[in-house]
Amino acid sequence: MPFKIISSQCTGCSACEMECPNAAISEKNGTFAIDAKKCTECIGHFDEPQCVAACPVDNTCVIDTSLARYKASA
Amino acid sequence: MDPVAGHRDRAGDAEDVREIIQVIAEHNGCGTSVDRGETACGSRAAQSDLPSAIWQKVKSHPCYSQEAHHHYARMHVAVAPACNMQCNYCNRKYDCANESRPGVTSEKLVPEQALKKTLAVASAIPQLSVLGIAGPGDPLANPEKTFRTFELVAKAAPDIKLCLSTNGLALPDHVDTIARLDIDHVTITINMIDPEVGRKIYPWIFYRHKRYAGLEAAKILSRRQLQGLEMLTERGILCKVNSVMIPGINDQHLVDVNKAVKSRGAFLHNIMPLISSPEHGTVFGLSGQRGPTAQELTALQDACQGNMNMMRHCRQCRADAVGLLGDDRSAEFTIERIMAMDIKYNFESRQAYRTKVERERAAQAAAEQEELSSLASETSDIKPRVAVATKGAGLINEHFGHAKEFQVYELSTSGARVLGARRIDHYCKGGYGEERSLESIIRTINDCHAVFVAKIGGRPRSELLKAGIEVVDQYAYDFMGKSMIAWFKSYLDKVESGEHRHLQRGAGDIQQRALNSAA
Ligand code: SF4
Ligand code: SF4
Ligand code: SF4
Repeated sequence: MPFKIISSQCTGCSACEMECPNAAISEKNGTFAIDAKKCTECIGHFDEPQCVAACPVDNTCVIDTSLARYKASA
Repeated sequence: MDPVAGHRDRAGDAEDVREIIQVIAEHNGCGTSVDRGETACGSRAAQSDLPSAIWQKVKSHPCYSQEAHHHYARMHVAVAPACNMQCNYCNRKYDCANESRPGVTSEKLVPEQALKKTLAVASAIPQLSVLGIAGPGDPLANPEKTFRTFELVAKAAPDIKLCLSTNGLALPDHVDTIARLDIDHVTITINMIDPEVGRKIYPWIFYRHKRYAGLEAAKILSRRQLQGLEMLTERGILCKVNSVMIPGINDQHLVDVNKAVKSRGAFLHNIMPLISSPEHGTVFGLSGQRGPTAQELTALQDACQGNMNMMRHCRQCRADAVGLLGDDRSAEFTIERIMAMDIKYNFESRQAYRTKVERERAAQAAAEQEELSSLASETSDIKPRVAVATKGAGLINEHFGHAKEFQVYELSTSGARVLGARRIDHYCKGGYGEERSLESIIRTINDCHAVFVAKIGGRPRSELLKAGIEVVDQYAYDFMGKSMIAWFKSYLDKVESGEHRHLQRGAGDIQQRALNSAA
């Protein structure tokens, strides 16, 4: 399950963008967003998801649980 | 630029610089030396006091020399948004609290915009001598953006000095690049050398792809900071150390920090007050952790002063600050305005300005020296404090009601010793008719016996007198140094003749708001 960023909490600091091993994160109107297609949860690269570990705001980079539903309806 | 040659150069310098740093450490400014009857100076280095290599490096840097900050300007560009750790006095919605006051936000720039901004400011403000990168996060957590900006500026405006501030966590990895790019000064914020103290200040760090918390985080951080400091001074790069004084957490401990950084070759130590209030939304702000009083801060600075040069005029400016210290002009240089500007970078006129400033500084120093020599025969233990309203250039040239800050000095028979700059929350906004703002200004300089101004209104004058602070306006637009000594002489005379009784005054306040309200 990929990660997502809760944009209302994002400070736009870009720390996650620089750490993501898959270049899955980019800026959108001042805050950052994760491209679900590129996110691998850092598996195979690092022990912990880099966006979560680097983000200064707790619970801002989180598992996207809505995604399965999204896929089903698509 | 040839990295290898650059590196070798630096290595060759290292020996000399270490020697020089030693001399400065021994020269040791004031505090203790005032009592020994030597010249007072604080971080206020004068040419005669410093070895020439260091003097060349600091003489036009407003943050490193107390005296230069009246004449030269610095600017910061906010190209570094990310940070690699968390400090309890920082809310990451805002700029790095190590380098600016909490609660301010800077306009983020990409390196190309930062270059254009630097050239625009340099053309408009001939005093500009230093470009710093200090945030809004940690510059070394954004190495590409930070170093790219420096590279661009070094090429386009080689007469501008470069400086960098960091929390130190990533520093050892970048020392070679810093040396290669000829970055003049590095500031490291070091709040502790004991991880037990550190764990109360830093909840976590992000290091080598892992998040660390607690004691382990503080251990890694401290090791990296001290290692980075050593590596820089080995290469002959000037290092200043910033510390945030947090009462009850690291206040006593900072004396040990001072020794540790001195022994590793730090050139200056700047102890800043914690600024903390609940509306900043920081851990310390919310937990009610208080900042120190001006009195406590001065006492700690004095306790460290015997060890090395202390910096007392730091303003904790914004990551996008522009202009002379205490006179922020960043609002004139927003991205939108810069991009519309047609910039001509005029190297010659900037050089001409510097020549003029150097002449003016020499004249002021000579005038102060002359005034001081007439004090030579006096002996007195009296040390009144005075506050000066100045816009820069070493002159008493600010109206009381317009002053955004006051320079506070302690006067004695050995001269004027700088104690620091005190900010004023309110300056003539709706006029200082407002009871509360005038009251808070008076509280800010309540430890002073006199205030020097270019001009002052009737009401503040009488309120100051009521509070026991003498208003001195007969030296309006005159040199600060010389005027303070002249006033001190007449003060001593009045005390001696019994006309005036010298009293110790109470504590001054440290105001909690950002200097610039553009945020
Ligand atoms: S979990 Fe890893 S791969 Fe996914 S967005 Fe975060 S950093 Fe990138
Ligand atoms: S690290 Fe967190 S706050 Fe910073 S840009 Fe990424 S999601 Fe936003
Ligand atoms: S280093 Fe600066 S930006 Fe990073 S958490 Fe500390 S104060 Fe904030």
